Amino acid sequence: MDKLSLLIWVPVITMIVMAFVNDSKVKWVGAIGAAVQLVQSVLLLFSFFAAREAGDTSEMLFTTDIVWYKYLNIHYATGVDGVSIALILLTSIIVFTGVFASWEIKDRTKEFFITLYMLATGVFGFFISLDLFTMFLFYELAVIPMYLLIGIWGTGPKEYSAMKLTLMLMGASAFLLVGILGIYFNSAPDGGQLTFNFIEISKIDIPASAQYFFFPLTFIGFGVLGALYPFHTWSPDGHASAPTAVSMLHAGVLMKLGGYGALRIAVMLMPEGAQHYQWIFIILATIGAVYGAFGAIWQKDLKFINAYSSVSHLAFILFAALMFNQVAFEGAVLQMISHGLITALFFALIGMIYSRTKTRNINEMGGLMKVMPVLGVAYFIAGFASLGLPGFSAFVAEMTIFVGAFQNEQMFIRVATILVISSIVITAVYVLRAAGTMLMGAIKNKDFELLPDAHWYDKVAVFVLIAVIAGMGLFPNWLATMIYDGLGPMFERFVVN
Amino acid sequence: MQIDFSYVIWIPAVLLVSFLVVGLFGDKLKPMLSGAIATLAILLGMVLSYTAAFQYFLSKGLVDGTYQTFIPQNWEWLTFYDTLVIKLGVMIDPISIMMLVVVTTISSMVHIYSFGYMKGEKGFERFYAYLSLFSFSMIGLVIATNIFQMYIFWELVGVSSFLLIGFYYTKPSAVAASKKAFIVTRFADFGFLVGILVLSYYTKTFDFQELMSPGNAAITNMTGISFMGMSVLSWALLLIFMGGAGKSAMFPLHIWLPDAMEGPTPVSALIHAATMVVAGVYLVARLFGLYVLHAPDALAIVAGVGAFTSLFAALIAVTQTDIKRVLAFSTMSQIGYMMLALGVSGYVGAEGLGFTASMFHLFTHAMFKALLFLGAGAVIHAVHSNEMGDMGGLRKYLPITHITFLIAALAISGIPPFAGFFSKDEILVAAYASNQLYFWTEWAVAGLTAFYMFRLYFNIFWGTDRDYEHKPHEAPFSMSFALIFLAIMTSIVGFIPFSQYVSPNLVPFTTHIHWNVAIPSIAIGVVGILVAAILYLKPKATADKIANAMPGLYKLSLRKFYIDEIYVWVTHSIIFNSIARPIAWFDKKVVDGSMDGMAWITNKVSDKTKGLQSGQLQQYAFVMIAGVVGLALFILYYLN
Repeated sequence: MDKLSLLIWVPVITMIVMAFVNDSKVKWVGAIGAAVQLVQSVLLLFSFFAAREAGDTSEMLFTTDIVWYKYLNIHYATGVDGVSIALILLTSIIVFTGVFASWEIKDRTKEFFITLYMLATGVFGFFISLDLFTMFLFYELAVIPMYLLIGIWGTGPKEYSAMKLTLMLMGASAFLLVGILGIYFNSAPDGGQLTFNFIEISKIDIPASAQYFFFPLTFIGFGVLGALYPFHTWSPDGHASAPTAVSMLHAGVLMKLGGYGALRIAVMLMPEGAQHYQWIFIILATIGAVYGAFGAIWQKDLKFINAYSSVSHLAFILFAALMFNQVAFEGAVLQMISHGLITALFFALIGMIYSRTKTRNINEMGGLMKVMPVLGVAYFIAGFASLGLPGFSAFVAEMTIFVGAFQNEQMFIRVATILVISSIVITAVYVLRAAGTMLMGAIKNKDFELLPDAHWYDKVAVFVLIAVIAGMGLFPNWLATMIYDGLGPMFERFVVN
Repeated sequence: MQIDFSYVIWIPAVLLVSFLVVGLFGDKLKPMLSGAIATLAILLGMVLSYTAAFQYFLSKGLVDGTYQTFIPQNWEWLTFYDTLVIKLGVMIDPISIMMLVVVTTISSMVHIYSFGYMKGEKGFERFYAYLSLFSFSMIGLVIATNIFQMYIFWELVGVSSFLLIGFYYTKPSAVAASKKAFIVTRFADFGFLVGILVLSYYTKTFDFQELMSPGNAAITNMTGISFMGMSVLSWALLLIFMGGAGKSAMFPLHIWLPDAMEGPTPVSALIHAATMVVAGVYLVARLFGLYVLHAPDALAIVAGVGAFTSLFAALIAVTQTDIKRVLAFSTMSQIGYMMLALGVSGYVGAEGLGFTASMFHLFTHAMFKALLFLGAGAVIHAVHSNEMGDMGGLRKYLPITHITFLIAALAISGIPPFAGFFSKDEILVAAYASNQLYFWTEWAVAGLTAFYMFRLYFNIFWGTDRDYEHKPHEAPFSMSFALIFLAIMTSIVGFIPFSQYVSPNLVPFTTHIHWNVAIPSIAIGVVGILVAAILYLKPKATADKIANAMPGLYKLSLRKFYIDEIYVWVTHSIIFNSIARPIAWFDKKVVDGSMDGMAWITNKVSDKTKGLQSGQLQQYAFVMIAGVVGLALFILYYLN
């Protein structure tokens, strides 16, 4: 068994074990499975560094290539570089903390965790795939469990939200499938074997006419998942209805599939198409960044605030992916990681607060800092991280995006960059407004005075996430360099083209 | 000879450790122990700063008539490009050493003072953790080797300030004030960041030394590129100045500072009087070579903003009744002086007097303004109120506070031999040499300053006793120790020959007191004091009469020229109600609505068409036959 396939097998085995133990032990199995996966990801990181140290300069490491369906040249092809390793680490951290954040799930625990792990399997599979077809397959595997997770374990208008989310993402998949097939059928312009392997495809030039047609389909297809304005509306409702761990995984990881695909597949395989439509998507991403932030100001529900905040911060990723600049691309990946961690922390905290107060309306809370200092301080830390305070991950990601984007000389892009930067001021407004209303001041509701602070499992989830966010914010260079180098080979070919 | 200043890194390092220890484990330690850890850390920092200062200024710094810049550490923190790298390091030069001395001195005094002031307060250890965080960030800012490091610590001092203003977090006004401070300065920092991006795009560096290196071709290149009537360098420097103006409470970004007085008084002394609020001045001073040599138009704007703010704030200070707010506006006004001094300064030799004066005033102001705030804190501690109306006759009860406060008030009014006289004199000399309008404005502001400071002084310490709930008592030893220490500093630091140490081009020069400027400035100060004495020494109604005689002007000043109201209008009516609310509505109704609409249409279409698949054979047969007949008719018709 190769290193990377283990990343799929561990969650699969965990699911199988879960199916055979009784309900009370399921979450322990989940925790162990997630811990094993986390250790495995860290080991993968070390062996990646060891291989690089040993002078292995191949673009993708630990590759496997098995022909799966030879008539269409579909392979089970896996491999990782600095970019995918970073995202694999992110996913394992979020799955691990997500298990502890769902410790209080009582209803059909077993089914919940199995479905959750199915989602995780899909995400891991997506990040290790080099073959567009299997990648798409894993993508679908990750999206479909969402419907069940929200529809069954959600809150509020959960059927409506689940349906809306699934329909929109399925619609996007249709675009995406056309885009991927378009890439496939143009992958051998000079005749010869067609291929789904995106590393191979990145080495050839897809005819410009095909790029003009298939780029927007692919970019929108991934963009919907990455909350591209105006296709973001599934996300506030979806998050609001989803249970805690699902929100965490969804905003933390699943939405990053969109950014990852938009950058690696849409932009990097079809640079001419990207250049051609750049202006439209830059406008949409800029609107998303500013609009999401303003939208968040007016919300009262904590989950809606965070969902709009995500729309704003995810727009940074798509924005950076359109900059044709290696540093901005690096920033896009850093932002995926950073936003993934921070938003997971937010959703975890919101879930914990909600399970105590039974409300998410900030105006009904107030003075909670006195009652639950640990959760309160953690919420403030999440808020500061989110508004880009130095020392936390978002600062690193945002500054990388801004510095990279600013190297572009076009006035249009400069103006867009400045508008995107302006959104970080608005972020401060809604973050402090929500935290202030909810945590500061006098206790509004007498019933809240006796609420418990964080339990041990809450602390595991919260402390791990804070430690990683701060770690990345304090020592960013190794990660930044790893991602930058990972983007290097493809970027060089892309500039030469 | 290479001098090793590598020990300077221990100053922020120790403070960071103190923050982590007290912040993470403070609730498990005894409050006093937490305070002691933080205080020891900053005292150690003070000792190291003084050592560095003596070593630098008195023996090692000056080589061949020029002060050297030392960079003992500079670590790569985040690499963008080969040359665009954010580094974290230590830079030793005259102004960073001077700032180290200011920050550690005031911070140490505030730490000691707070033992008395914050005694028994809930969150005592949290307070000290925040103080450590602030001191750490502020020191990181002053020793920055590059502009991005400065920006990083700039944000961190902002957040420490936020935490400390909102220290009493159950009090809604404190929460609102902390938010306001953070958001306003954040808005200003947006300009700062864009300025950094513009500057670094052209120069390909963040490093101060490279930016300032003489004959930097990229800088000359920038002055040649024009954008909307100014060179891009001027734009970049103005945007950076916007950040500085926000932190230093320059008009119109000053509105957060008066509200920041909601924080505990020692915090006001440390952050909102002596150190953080002068960061903007320090920033301009740090990049002064660029401003003065390559962007005189940007520097002129700095001067104008400084001069206007100093007058504007002094006019407001005259009517305020909350003693901390009077001091806050006075701080704004004095920082205006510093900005103006930078703005009118030249670069070489005695032309650089403005720069030297600005740094000198920063130094002396830190001492006497911190003293004023700590004195005010002692008064508030004694009478449990911030309002002048609740005070009077306190000189009998608080003798130490009274004398030290008087020294500080004389210093800020520019009366020799106290510190403020010397630095203000230099500023006025520099202004006189540059622009008569600025000189007369600042001369008048000096009079206003003396007037409002002594209005404050007489109202607190003279006049009649109020019905105090209990007899006001002198501050405990920890507090009076800090007062006395700062009073001594205020009395002596004026005699430091600053131009020997601090100058724009690092070459010392000599200057002396210009009596042609000093005499009118002392005179206006004395007049201000006398007017205040006439109006407030004995309780009389004259002051009210004057106020009533010009109600419009009085109200304008009392309500701070309605700038706050304008901001409230902008944030509530425009940003919240005209932007955020419509966007939320638009998102719900239009964007989301159109998606729901698509789903609705699909549903309807399926509703209407689902009859087609009814499963009834007769219906299928009917449709089939009808189709065949229709098709047959169509073909027949078409063929004909």
